[in-house]
Amino acid sequence: MADLLAARAQMAMSLAFHIIFASVGIAMPLLMVIAEGMWLRTNDDTYLTLAKRWSKGTAIMFAVGAVSGTVLSFELGLLWPTFMAHAGRIIGMPFSLEGLAFFIEAIFLGIYLYGWERVPKKVHWLAGVMVLLGGMMSGIFVVTANAWMNTPTGFTYINGNFTNIDPVAAMLNPSSFSQCLHMTIAAFLAVGFAVAGIHAYFLRQNPNSSFHRKAFAIALSVGAAFSILQPISGDISAKKVAKHQPVKLAAMEAQWETERGAPLRIGGIPNEEDEVTRYAIEIPKALSFLAHFDFNAEIKGLKEFPPEDRPPVAIVHYAFQIMVACGMIMIVAGLLGGWLAWRRKGIPVDRWYLRFVTCCAPLGFIAIEAGWTVTEVGRQPWVIYNYMRTADAVTPMPNLVVPFIGFTILYIFLSIIVVILMRRQIFQE
Amino acid sequence: MFGLEIWIAGVMLISLIIYMLTGGADFGGGIWDLFATGKRAKSQRDLITHALAPIWEANHVWLIVIIVMLFAAFPVAFATIGTALHIPLTLMLFGIVLRGTAFVFRTYDDQSETTHLRWSRVFAIASIITPIMLGVTLGAVASGTIHVNVETGHVDTDFISSWLTPFPFAIGFFTLALCGLIAAVYLTLETDDPELQEDFRMRALIGAFSVGLMAGISFLLSAEGAPSIRRGLGNSVWSIPFHILTGTVSILAILAIWRRQFHLARVLVPIQVVLIILGWGFAQYPYLVSPNLTFSNTAAPNSVLRPILIIVVIGVIILVPAFWYLYAVFKGKSRPDTVPEK
Repeated sequence: MADLLAARAQMAMSLAFHIIFASVGIAMPLLMVIAEGMWLRTNDDTYLTLAKRWSKGTAIMFAVGAVSGTVLSFELGLLWPTFMAHAGRIIGMPFSLEGLAFFIEAIFLGIYLYGWERVPKKVHWLAGVMVLLGGMMSGIFVVTANAWMNTPTGFTYINGNFTNIDPVAAMLNPSSFSQCLHMTIAAFLAVGFAVAGIHAYFLRQNPNSSFHRKAFAIALSVGAAFSILQPISGDISAKKVAKHQPVKLAAMEAQWETERGAPLRIGGIPNEEDEVTRYAIEIPKALSFLAHFDFNAEIKGLKEFPPEDRPPVAIVHYAFQIMVACGMIMIVAGLLGGWLAWRRKGIPVDRWYLRFVTCCAPLGFIAIEAGWTVTEVGRQPWVIYNYMRTADAVTPMPNLVVPFIGFTILYIFLSIIVVILMRRQIFQE
Repeated sequence: MFGLEIWIAGVMLISLIIYMLTGGADFGGGIWDLFATGKRAKSQRDLITHALAPIWEANHVWLIVIIVMLFAAFPVAFATIGTALHIPLTLMLFGIVLRGTAFVFRTYDDQSETTHLRWSRVFAIASIITPIMLGVTLGAVASGTIHVNVETGHVDTDFISSWLTPFPFAIGFFTLALCGLIAAVYLTLETDDPELQEDFRMRALIGAFSVGLMAGISFLLSAEGAPSIRRGLGNSVWSIPFHILTGTVSILAILAIWRRQFHLARVLVPIQVVLIILGWGFAQYPYLVSPNLTFSNTAAPNSVLRPILIIVVIGVIILVPAFWYLYAVFKGKSRPDTVPEK
């Protein structure tokens, strides 16, 4: 295996692993805070039991997220030293802020998980709110740094050197807002549906369980609310990509020709040798409209760019389709849940609907993985878009396949253990 | 008076000291988990678990702070270290991942003796590998064997010879000994059971003597292994009084442990650790990665350093009360069960 490929594989694998736990770490505190807040308001101990049960699962996931995140911060230097030698100082500011946010998250998580009997009720609830804020902020700061790699700003580029660095401008690059919004919503959406799906499964077996009803109601409300917000943020993201990374948009849509009134493609198989996309369902002019709010806007095709500057088209296109499809299904589930709740004047526990939500449980996480594939693979061959190629950033270290295999085995092992432990947490009664 | 980069370097050194005093103690807990012996082995392990559980994740963040400051403020040094010391750093990461995950898995896995013990072993061995590899990295950085072209950033390395030598490993075991000492001293005050206290007193003494031994070995090896550090340690104006101070505090700490003045030891040992790390920091100055990279020639421009220092100030204002509260809740006098219900 070539060293560059091994380095990319290790980085991708580390990110794909970490993002699951990071998302849980961002979103679970919201569910816990809602449940505990309901307990404080109603004095119904079912809510307390619920908050405690959720917090145990979160403890496992958070620890894995914390250590796998540490791995990533080191891997930036272990695998991409040339990138960091240039970019470290430019994206150092969001990472410094992330360190601060992570401190807040970790300190208050300790108080939250182990402080049930030791701090006053309201302080405990506030600790949960701090964990939520800390987690959200740390996610946002890290995504800001990634956004900079997509749309780098805040420097002057002279003879291969980045000078006149303005870290604030770098942090507020054109993609920051849209990427942070999209990712944060995605975390709440994925976790909301995953948790709702688990409790829907138990509700089907035990429809009268007040515990699972309450859990399902909270998780589904969160999932449904964010599922409706997500297309708005997706639209903002797509317009940013269209404006700043046209080649990525072309790859997402497998659009080879530059054309006015470009169609939106559903499915389709891009052929990178013949430079065509076959068998897609095309909605006329829809891409132009979605990207630029104008049915006849020009969309740049992949042929506009030399082959060495194009990302791998098929992967990006398929990943994008998968993400959108998962999102759509969750929107349907969310809207349907809202409608049923309104009709039934209560929690929608129709058996078919519970089965549907159970099936939705993994979709948010699949969408997150697919979405990151779009962002990261779609940025290739660049590590800093239009400024530094990934191939030029990699470490000279030989035999990178060895650490790649090592981390892969380690993460597979951890995944198996986490699945076993989470199953035990979930099925414990 | 100093350039901004020296302030950042100071913040990094302070963060490293705090990481040793908090995160280091957590690793030390792992060491004593592995060497839990006698009829109180289980009580020793339980005590360690109770002491670590609520705080280890917050303590761990100091390492992230150090690494982030390094790449934000001294990016070329970060790239150099990441390149030349890829192998020990990767091993350290394995240790970090396994330590943290084994610790939570042990808490939440089924509580049969064998499963528990198996996770304990992983936790303990990972707790030993991690500080050794951290020390090896610091030792290699100090050794003066990592050559880099400051202009191009090209690192001249075979990825092995700068760390696979006696001096970095001496520093590795020195770090391990410090972790063991700190943990044992803290643990004497985490329990009211006099027998357990006695167990950890014994371990604190072993730790203290190991620290002394490794300090001596490291100093001897530094003549060849890290000549510029040796010069810094030996020839500066400040060095002799500083060594005398460190030595005195170390001996007083051992005496305090010996005489069961645990509260006094709890104060003296951290001072000893602070002095050791400060001494190393001063000896290394002005080199970040000797012999080519100094703090000044690798520093990011002031436009980068200034906002980081502002974040540090904001961080201190927010985090000092937050940490104070965390420790007050879990490290106060009365300490009922802190293990979550199963």
